[in-house]
Amino acid sequence: MKTHRSNPIVSLVSRMVSPFIMMFALYVIFHGHYSPGGGFQGGTLIAAAIILVRLSEGSDTAQLQFSRSWGTPLGSLGVLIYFGTGLAAVFMGGRFLDYAALHLAHHASMSRSYGILLVEIGVGLAVTAILVSIYDNLLEGEADA
Amino acid sequence: MKTANYIVLLLFTALMIYASLGLPQRGDPYAPIHLEESPVHSPGASSYYIRNARRDAHTNNMVTVILADYRGYDTLGEETVIMTAGLICFMLLRRRKEKGSENA
Repeated sequence: MKTHRSNPIVSLVSRMVSPFIMMFALYVIFHGHYSPGGGFQGGTLIAAAIILVRLSEGSDTAQLQFSRSWGTPLGSLGVLIYFGTGLAAVFMGGRFLDYAALHLAHHASMSRSYGILLVEIGVGLAVTAILVSIYDNLLEGEADA
Repeated sequence: MKTANYIVLLLFTALMIYASLGLPQRGDPYAPIHLEESPVHSPGASSYYIRNARRDAHTNNMVTVILADYRGYDTLGEETVIMTAGLICFMLLRRRKEKGSENA
């Protein structure tokens, strides 16, 4: 049932396209402050790039790129980055998720920009890790049956 | 029994369509949600966001202000929902250690 036949064209194209998808995803995350985009969209794009390689190269080879044991820890780390940003603002004397209190830059608007960027990175990391881990878990559940 | 199901479904569809006719038109500036003051004389939320987003958050993109500043708690909750969904998939679908172990 699961005979994996390697096709050089599919393999080459997906390996060439995947880094560009990731680069666009990073643009979407890092530019989400001023343009449409953000952590959810960028994280989904990175997950799509990783799953593309998994589909074309086979899940076992693709473990070299993103191991299936990373999914849950990285997802938790993403949530922790978000929550930690909010909590750090509390410890620096502001309110929860008050990015201006973080004093990441001299100007309040830049400080907010960096704070929102941190939050978006957390969201992107969590979304990427969770989407890839759902794909892996589905595959693993099938191998078990 | 089956015809009764269809009749109920059709009646429900008709009710929903009838109810949707009462909704304001898309983009109607006089819809209650876009008014400066809501019908119960409280300040309207959307016009407040549009007027004060830049002053409150010093950010050019209004969508970002609403997502990350006004509704930062909401976004944190969304991320937690995604995290929980992933954990549930992990727990339901992970490979069992042994076939014979008693915990399913």
